[in-house]
Amino acid sequence: MLVTLLRPTGGHARVAGYDVASQPADVRRKIGVALQEAALDPLMTGSELVELQATLHGIPPRSVRTRGAELIDRVGLSKAAGRRVGTYSGGMRRRLDLAMALIHEPEVLFLDEPTTGLDPTSRLTLWEEVRRLRDEGTTVFLTTQYLEEADQLCDRLGIISAGKIVSEGTPAALKADVGRPHLDLVLATGSDLDRAREVVAGFGAHRPTTEGCHLSISLERGAADIAPILRALDDADFAVAELELKQPTLDDVFLQKTGEHLEGAEEAEQEGILAPEAA
Amino acid sequence: MRRAVVALARRTLVNALRRPQFLAPLVVFPSLFLAVNVGGLGATRGLRGFPQVDGFLDFQLSAAIVQSLLLGGVSTGIAVALDIEGGFFDRLVASPTPRVAIVLGRVLAASVIAAFQVTYFLVLGLVFGASIKGGPLGVLCVYAIGIVAGTGFGAIGVLIALRARSASTVQGIFPLVFVVLFISSAFFPLDLLSSPADVIARYNPLSFIANGMRQPIAFSNAVAPVIEGLLAAAGVTVAAVGLSILALRGRLRDA
Repeated sequence: MLVTLLRPTGGHARVAGYDVASQPADVRRKIGVALQEAALDPLMTGSELVELQATLHGIPPRSVRTRGAELIDRVGLSKAAGRRVGTYSGGMRRRLDLAMALIHEPEVLFLDEPTTGLDPTSRLTLWEEVRRLRDEGTTVFLTTQYLEEADQLCDRLGIISAGKIVSEGTPAALKADVGRPHLDLVLATGSDLDRAREVVAGFGAHRPTTEGCHLSISLERGAADIAPILRALDDADFAVAELELKQPTLDDVFLQKTGEHLEGAEEAEQEGILAPEAA
Repeated sequence: MRRAVVALARRTLVNALRRPQFLAPLVVFPSLFLAVNVGGLGATRGLRGFPQVDGFLDFQLSAAIVQSLLLGGVSTGIAVALDIEGGFFDRLVASPTPRVAIVLGRVLAASVIAAFQVTYFLVLGLVFGASIKGGPLGVLCVYAIGIVAGTGFGAIGVLIALRARSASTVQGIFPLVFVVLFISSAFFPLDLLSSPADVIARYNPLSFIANGMRQPIAFSNAVAPVIEGLLAAAGVTVAAVGLSILALRGRLRDA
């Protein structure tokens, strides 16, 4: 709906200042779109596709070739530009898709799950390009199933569950919302865990918990609390074998905000397809 | 918009050349049909009601052209449906290019392919002994009707693809092409068709289109059949292009 491929069933949305329902042509002039499937014509070469896209966006004929070559070069496809797209790998297709979406220097760029199915190297290359675009002032609207990707790339993040935004904010704020960071300690064999718990009790927001030789402390001030805790344990003659600072992740945020439901499970339960958890 | 139309037509033509398996049947199949008809049904020239012609090939040539142009329409429809299935169509729709240009680009390419089809069959006919009675002017008349009709059939293909959104469904209309063609006077004169085929054929636009091209090939440059053929082809084209544009708008609304 935001890229004007679907007519809204209700409500209002504005993209780059234009209403998607009443001013779709204006919206299309301002946006670039790379859809979930890199929908490219396999019979055409990379150059031909980029130049076609340039023409469709009204770029003057004298600039079409140079602008196309610039973008092909920017996404690292210069050597493959003359080859048919059908011979491209998944990562190359994605990069070409991105080049086509950028041909008219859009104000807003929509990327629909841009790294799905890509190998780690291609994914990192694409992330780098998205960061570069963001730094150049392009608003990037990115949808992803990979929460690490969202954490890496997004300044503002919205979590959608069952078609509704259930949470919105900066990644840091969303993570802070679900809980504080934890310090997990493993003490040397034979340590008195109950006494150790008393030593560090004053540092955490909650009473530290123990399990086996593990001691878990909820930190009020994050990493700044680590040094005083270690000093206190050292002063009390405890030896720390291992230490790990655990920050809440967007996975935690997602699970908490969406209620850990599998997509479609609710409908299935209502239809009696999926049985409720066995007693 | 003109640049977008030309660019989209160019893309269609380049694709057609790179996918010869789509282009070849447009002329190979009607050629085989023409060979079988001319070889096996030539004796029908002796039937009462069959017009006086120099050769049966002269008479059948326009039928082969119409058949080829109809197959061109199916091929255009399949190509559009493949674009829809593969998502490329969404890329076109998400660009600021006018919707009309998407349809016009396709039909412009269909008209260029139609010119190639007409050329192929005229050359084939001349090689195998047919003659163009209307001379150079007659050849121009055949081109005019053939190109306009090919454009219209291409637009019908676009229309069906926009409605069906599936290449296999568009391919399913293939047999219909023959049904519509056989109930016209493309292969046999109207007087030799029995009821109700003769009644349907009398109003079938394909009859006018085939007769319009047959007149300068097999007889003379009589104005009336050529004008009727041209008008029928133009009518099909205007209606099909208009409906295709409406179908594209409808597709966007319903999506």
